[in-house]
Amino acid sequence: MADVTTLPEAIRALVRDGDSVALEGFTHLIPFAAGHEIVRQGRRDLELIRMTPDLIYDQLIGMGCARRLVFSWGGNPGVGSLHRLRDAVENGWPGPLELEEHSHAGMANRYAAGASNLPFAVLRGYRGTDLEPRTNVAPITCPFTGEELTAVPALRPDVGIVHAQRADREGNVQLWGIVGIQKEVVLAAERSLVTVEEIVDDLEPRPGAIVIPKWAITAVAEAPRGAHPSYAHSYYDRDNDFYKAWDAIARDRDAFKAWMEEHVLWSTTPTR
Amino acid sequence: MEHDADEMMTVAAARELRDGEVCFVGIGLPSTAANLARGMHAPEVVLIYESGTIGSKPTRLPLSIGDGDLAETADSVVSVPEIFNYWLQGGRIDVGFLGAAQIDRHGNLNSTVIGAYDEPKVRLPGAGGAPEIAAQARRVITIIRQSPRSFVSEIGFKSSLGAADQVVITDLGVLRRDGELTLEKLHPGVTLEQAREATGWDLRVADDLSETEPPTAEELRLLRELKAA
Repeated sequence: MADVTTLPEAIRALVRDGDSVALEGFTHLIPFAAGHEIVRQGRRDLELIRMTPDLIYDQLIGMGCARRLVFSWGGNPGVGSLHRLRDAVENGWPGPLELEEHSHAGMANRYAAGASNLPFAVLRGYRGTDLEPRTNVAPITCPFTGEELTAVPALRPDVGIVHAQRADREGNVQLWGIVGIQKEVVLAAERSLVTVEEIVDDLEPRPGAIVIPKWAITAVAEAPRGAHPSYAHSYYDRDNDFYKAWDAIARDRDAFKAWMEEHVLWSTTPTR
Repeated sequence: MEHDADEMMTVAAARELRDGEVCFVGIGLPSTAANLARGMHAPEVVLIYESGTIGSKPTRLPLSIGDGDLAETADSVVSVPEIFNYWLQGGRIDVGFLGAAQIDRHGNLNSTVIGAYDEPKVRLPGAGGAPEIAAQARRVITIIRQSPRSFVSEIGFKSSLGAADQVVITDLGVLRRDGELTLEKLHPGVTLEQAREATGWDLRVADDLSETEPPTAEELRLLRELKAA
């Protein structure tokens, strides 16, 4: 049954040094507030898992929280590079970062396999690319047709963290708009945290919304504007100006550290 | 009407898209070109973004593949596993529209790394949705600026494989894959010599090499309107 708690309490209870942690949200509903709380609590040696590392993992990597990154597309969408990710990979700053890289289809299927309690998923992909020998996939033959396919191992993170629009007081969660991979991550993870824009008395039905029941979630915490600078559909828009501004902040180590000190380490309120 | 090389490239790419086709769109130049096509000759084109939006009709160009406008204007919004498994792998995509950092003569695309994988000179974002889009769409439109750094004889990393039916639109011309990339059109004002110099291999040229129609006033007006919105 979901424990409806505060964000600092939830991170303290759920995320341990050395854990594999997946903070998901495909452009929409990225759990920035939860990521910032992980930084503030000084978690270390994390295996960070995310299809699109985005600014949130640029920040966690730059602050030295990660030893390993599992991902499929590590850029600043429409802007360019994630400079902290690049600095870690190209120069080992602030420490070395091990990479395990996949395609989007591979990562999506890995989460779906985890949620399905299967050891692997099967897809047509990777074959003939330079990704295939560099990553953790294996060829597999269809026992019925003989077709050569690719097996990808299930993702079962220690902790799965997503953001959603709202929850009721019992911890049932409702989200809508681009639903991404949110449900799969919650169901694939050993422990799960959902941060929400608001906690309400009743989850009024919404077109296209999905509900994740309280008994499938470990903890729920309120975090208003907790997805900023990404967005929460019906609450606030994606802050595209901030995504553009991040390029200059993250390009320089000192500018990055100063920004993180001011906006994350010494602050518990959303960045804007 | 005066135009620059990027505008010519975007317009030429938009023209490749046919009305009514189902198109899986990458962000950036592909998304710009696809939305230009939708505003011009292909009002019935179905745009699919990898965030799970099907039939998006954005009113302004999205910065990311998951901007709210894409979901609000979509016919349907599905999960990420569903978009890749049911819709792409399910064989429902006519055209994949992709960018890349590097391309080789066989149309293979690199969006992963420049230099050695373990000690990269430049770490690029990575493959994302491209490998499966390139392999599973019925045809592929690639849009990429042409230079010795991007048109390379030895590709640093094969993120996505060249497709049997692939057209490559650059700021210099139009190339179609016929076993290997073959230059079939030069944009107005571009010389064959320029195209050869911007290519890291001995460029194959079509016998009937022709010139791209320059952008019409209407195409330029709409493109500029899209970019200003």
